[in-house]
Amino acid sequence: MPSDNQQSCPPDPTRRKFLLTTGSSVAASLAATYVPAFANNAAVESAAASSGAGSNIEGAVPITLRINGKDHELRIDPRTTLLDCIRETVALTGTKKGCDHGQCGACTVHVNGKRVLSCLNLALMHDGHEITTIEGLGTPDALHPMQKAFLDCDGYQCGYCTSGQIMSAVALLKEPCGPDDVSVKELMSGNICRCGAYANIVAAIQQVRKNA
Amino acid sequence: MHTFEFIRPADPAAAIAAAAQSKTAQQGADVRFMGGGTTLIDLMKLNVETPARVLDINRLPLDKIELTPDGGLKIGATLRNSDLAYDLRVQRDYPVLSQAILQGASAQIRNMATVAGNLLQRTRCVYFRDAAMPCNKREPGTGCPAITGHNRTLAILGASEHCIATNPSDMCVALAALEATIHIQGPKGPHAIPFGDFHLLPGNTPHRETVLEPGDLITHVTLPPPIGGSKQIYLKLRDRASYEFALASAAVVLTIANGKIARARIALGGVGTRPWRSPEAEAALTGRPVNDATFGQAAEAALRGAKPQSENAFKIELAKRCLTHALRTATAS
Repeated sequence: MPSDNQQSCPPDPTRRKFLLTTGSSVAASLAATYVPAFANNAAVESAAASSGAGSNIEGAVPITLRINGKDHELRIDPRTTLLDCIRETVALTGTKKGCDHGQCGACTVHVNGKRVLSCLNLALMHDGHEITTIEGLGTPDALHPMQKAFLDCDGYQCGYCTSGQIMSAVALLKEPCGPDDVSVKELMSGNICRCGAYANIVAAIQQVRKNA
Repeated sequence: MHTFEFIRPADPAAAIAAAAQSKTAQQGADVRFMGGGTTLIDLMKLNVETPARVLDINRLPLDKIELTPDGGLKIGATLRNSDLAYDLRVQRDYPVLSQAILQGASAQIRNMATVAGNLLQRTRCVYFRDAAMPCNKREPGTGCPAITGHNRTLAILGASEHCIATNPSDMCVALAALEATIHIQGPKGPHAIPFGDFHLLPGNTPHRETVLEPGDLITHVTLPPPIGGSKQIYLKLRDRASYEFALASAAVVLTIANGKIARARIALGGVGTRPWRSPEAEAALTGRPVNDATFGQAAEAALRGAKPQSENAFKIELAKRCLTHALRTATAS
């Protein structure tokens, strides 16, 4: 019955919220079963849930990270990359982990307005910096022109590289770049798309540049 | 990744004092300066680098680019590669350097990587990067599996029976041709090193890649005054058109007078165990007429000492054609 189905659904049944919810409960149940091994994971979860409350990670150090205009007071293991901090500690999962070795560009974010690879940075290097992720670019109701252009031009297939592509593309708008497609391709070469949506990605970028 | 202590030194003196505690400044250093992180964090994730202390030098005042009294350029150690490549003075007076940097890595990595970090960029040899494999560079005395293994991308110039790893930098090839000088502050005070003396051949100590000693902090690089009317080019050949390391590259800086080459500075990338300045090619060019015969003789001279590995004999011909084409292109303009 339609009405029964509606009642049994959560109020906002997005895939992202579903995964976040089940991910937390799985981590919590594992932590309950294997307390010593998963103690750190549980601590990370609690930090994520409260956006940076104190944790008991051994050797953790305090840091304030400014992401999308909001300060996050965190305690993190010094080894935490900016990428892992954004995704796991602050729970902004729009930024993706692809290769984790600076070869794919999926983790691209902006630091002080410039695009960088968050997997090859330590979070501790960025206190006081202005960090922007895909979540800080636009909202579903008010898309950034580049987000809209990717939709218009079908600039993705599986979508995993898309947030990195868009963060790179937005930064490119302020970089020295020739008007032609070849110049765009050269400056976008650090963002790999294994679905092969390159032609449509270039079209999206050129659409925004043309309308700028 | 191993645990480490993260320290942000207040000034260069504090950075030097902290780094001087390290038992080495070479492979296996227990104290490391952190620049952009593009090499070091990568290798720390692979457990190839396991420093106990990481010194964040990104906020030291070493990121300026300015004119020297003699009209050359002083380039700060923590200046980002993109800022160097897009600097108008570099684009106008040292285009070979701008071209080399912009043909390396990706826009994101160029925004992160520092000048000093690029000087210290590590080889991409797959055996060096795999901590489960033997490697004389990573663990002296364990052997070199690359010599009998996958070596298509590795060195044909400057290798030894202990190591055939290629230096991967593009920027360094241009700096070699521009005769840059590397400036260091360390426990023994400041000193300046000609570019050609900075990187070491592997010999029987491939774990020693540079002349750096514990506590040595690269503060800046200087370029000599620009040579008016010089023709410069960086040509890079690789397996894909962008975001790939060189199989062969050439940096060319020429001056021409009366139809002859008056002065030549030549360096090759992608083929040597260090950025490969070629005095042999320079001698074959100097005083000679500007034509294909001269270029061919220079290419032959540059590669005369080349020794191919089992998978990369093609690199000898590729490097010759790369240099020939670079010379032809540079002199055609």
